[in-house]
Amino acid sequence: MAGEQASVIEQIVEQHGRDRGRLMDIAHAVQKQVGLFSEDTIEAMARALGIPHADVRDMVSFYSFFPRTQTGVRTIRLCTCAACRMKGMDAVASAFEKAVGASFGSTSPDGTISLEHTNCIGMCDQAPAALVDGTVLTNIKPEDVEQIVVAIKEKGLTKPLHGTNALGEAELNLRQPGPVIFAPMERGTGLRAALNMAPQDVINVLNKARLRGRGGAGFPTAMKWDLCRKAKGDAHYILCNADEGEPGTFKDRVILTEHPDLMFEGLTIGGYALGAQEGVLYLRGEYEYLLNHLNQMLARRRRLGLLGENICGREGFHFDVRIVLGAGAYICGEESSLIESVEGKRGAPRDRPPFPVQKGYLKQPTSVNNVETLCCVARILEKGPEWFSEMGTKDSTGTKLLSVSGDCEKPGVYEVEFGLSVESLLELVGANGTQAVQMAGPSGQCLAPKDFGRSISFEDLPTGGSVMIFGPQRDMLEYVKHFIDFFREESCGWCAPCRVGTTLMLKYLDRILEGNGTQADVDRLADLCQTIKTTSRCGLGQASPNPIFSTLRSFRHLYEQRLRPVTGSLPFDYEKAMRIGCESAGRPLELEGEHV
Amino acid sequence: MSAESMTIIIDGVEVPAKPGQTVLEAADAAGIYIPRLCYHPSLPPGGHCRVCTVKINGRPFNSCTYPVSDGLVIENDTEELRHMRSSIIEMLFVEGTHICPYCEASGRCELQALAYRFGLPAKTLPYFDKPRQMDMTHPDAFIDRDRCILCGRCVRASRFADEKSVFGFEGRGANKRIAVNSKTGLGDTQMDAADKAATICPTGSLMLKKGAYTVPIRQRLYDHKPIGSDIEERREGKG
Repeated sequence: MAGEQASVIEQIVEQHGRDRGRLMDIAHAVQKQVGLFSEDTIEAMARALGIPHADVRDMVSFYSFFPRTQTGVRTIRLCTCAACRMKGMDAVASAFEKAVGASFGSTSPDGTISLEHTNCIGMCDQAPAALVDGTVLTNIKPEDVEQIVVAIKEKGLTKPLHGTNALGEAELNLRQPGPVIFAPMERGTGLRAALNMAPQDVINVLNKARLRGRGGAGFPTAMKWDLCRKAKGDAHYILCNADEGEPGTFKDRVILTEHPDLMFEGLTIGGYALGAQEGVLYLRGEYEYLLNHLNQMLARRRRLGLLGENICGREGFHFDVRIVLGAGAYICGEESSLIESVEGKRGAPRDRPPFPVQKGYLKQPTSVNNVETLCCVARILEKGPEWFSEMGTKDSTGTKLLSVSGDCEKPGVYEVEFGLSVESLLELVGANGTQAVQMAGPSGQCLAPKDFGRSISFEDLPTGGSVMIFGPQRDMLEYVKHFIDFFREESCGWCAPCRVGTTLMLKYLDRILEGNGTQADVDRLADLCQTIKTTSRCGLGQASPNPIFSTLRSFRHLYEQRLRPVTGSLPFDYEKAMRIGCESAGRPLELEGEHV
Repeated sequence: MSAESMTIIIDGVEVPAKPGQTVLEAADAAGIYIPRLCYHPSLPPGGHCRVCTVKINGRPFNSCTYPVSDGLVIENDTEELRHMRSSIIEMLFVEGTHICPYCEASGRCELQALAYRFGLPAKTLPYFDKPRQMDMTHPDAFIDRDRCILCGRCVRASRFADEKSVFGFEGRGANKRIAVNSKTGLGDTQMDAADKAATICPTGSLMLKKGAYTVPIRQRLYDHKPIGSDIEERREGKG
């Protein structure tokens, strides 16, 4: 490797205190300044950190945004999530291939632009969308592509963005602000209210408000904090999970753009309640364009005495927050994977027990909370638990942010009270003739019209916020296949059932979609799904068969329509296979009786 | 009941357990075999293969990582779990390219032995047929990634027993593979034939180059007794 690059890497590692635990930050800096993670780059990083080469490769090779083969000067990553597909991703993709002169997965002949596919980038309300390194492009039309490519080549599109895209077209699409998350706030009110109580009482207030985690699983926040607070350790940590990667989710993007102060306030309250001095915001790599904006917010809070030492004049309460940027791995939204990633490792989930509240970040008691949950915390402290629990239902108090995308007139973010029926939501967003609603993303369930009377709540239809609407013209099985492909790409590969099973599910779906599947294939697929669900290590693997389970339940006819009747004893279409074989051999077709 | 004398119940049998043990360790000590593949008694557990999945108080967990506590009720040898384990073993067969009839490891291969124990006569799942790289750069050992099941035993053995970190993982999901601690290949690492890692592979993926047939086929470990019988004999031995 050129001595110059080695010294750049040496410098980066030095700036990060030669701390192996900051490998995520180091890798981002190396990516910016060196670009490619060649074996030479990896060796230089390993040498500077004094750790095995294999350890650095193990980590960087895990993340999509750390390239290990030569890429162009700029990389265009086109989002392939369901909403982007519905809004014309295929035509945009062809236009990019034509304008760039390369196909997806390769680089233009002049080496300037690489084209890649990427999973959901959280722009589903403005689809189709793409990332150009740290910049986001939305509402892309095929006819605009040529101009976009010229702009990327000439100007580079390097300006960090905040709430808008390079062409000034992206919108916030906050369609319905509500009282909890998007009401105006006065900085510090919630935090001061918390500091007037004992830390345990802060937790009691959340318990009284019956607040449950907004990521989707709905674990009671007070219980999580209580377990973490009471767990013994040298230090306690609180991490904010801003890695919303579930396809169709983009509510955190809107919070972090519009109201990051409320989240930071909740995080600081968490620091006080848990006795933590250090908090981390884990920001998904796809939202890199928000990084400067969020760092400015943190700086302002430090200036105002809302972060740092003796916060709000409270003697002995020290707390600060740093931001760790992810690098394109859905699994890092799983709390133990997120912790591994913050520790500078591959984002592989951990086996439980122990739970993160017992042994989390740096093996110390750690609470990982969703962005929206922390916003709720700040608001509950400001307005009181009674005010909060009057909204929603018995087991799901307060409001929920929904990210609505797909076939409707008004996609965007809606803050609604828990308990809203799917039907009412569809009316609110202007959806007509809806065939299906994918609730809570691919990990959730596919709802048929018979389910539209059900209510969005932890007791009935829990969701982290993703609501994807499918009109009557959509082929649901095609989307089931994309969802499974998504899990296949995002599986960390640690455990066998998920690593192997996701590919196998895809193979069976392909067979069925191509018209070669039989009833036996459907039965084998369902059986396989059960094994994957039961034996996978983490939530990703356990949820990966859900698109198949829920469509087999509600849309079974879509499978049955495509099945090939079994003729004879062969597991394939004998006549078709013979025709292909004879054609390629240049022989006349001869079919024998017994199999036909 | 004191913390020193705990009891767990596996398939209705009361089994003594000690603090700090995992469910799998307690079962082993009592002569109850929980099928496993990536676990090795001399290494920390990895939780990769999930073959040792059991139900603990009704919910599925990995027995090689689950710490015992008094009164755990565990299901192990049930039809449902046997079926799922056999499914996982078959998944591992189709993911790789396994060459049992002429593999040097035949007869002492744990994957093969488990397939026999579970009565898997032939595969029903579709093969992956993926091209993979071999590494023949080391004078005494080789890696055939076709036969690798990503159990991570070599990674853990090299790190914890040999203190060398010769092996690591690379990539994710279906592209995950075993990698070595050098830019080129195994030959440029500190790997030694005497390392623990050199003989820890449960299949024929990481093998020593010399002496593959010193023990003839049909005289090997699992040619006479099914895998797990050494553990089960402990229980029978106790009478």
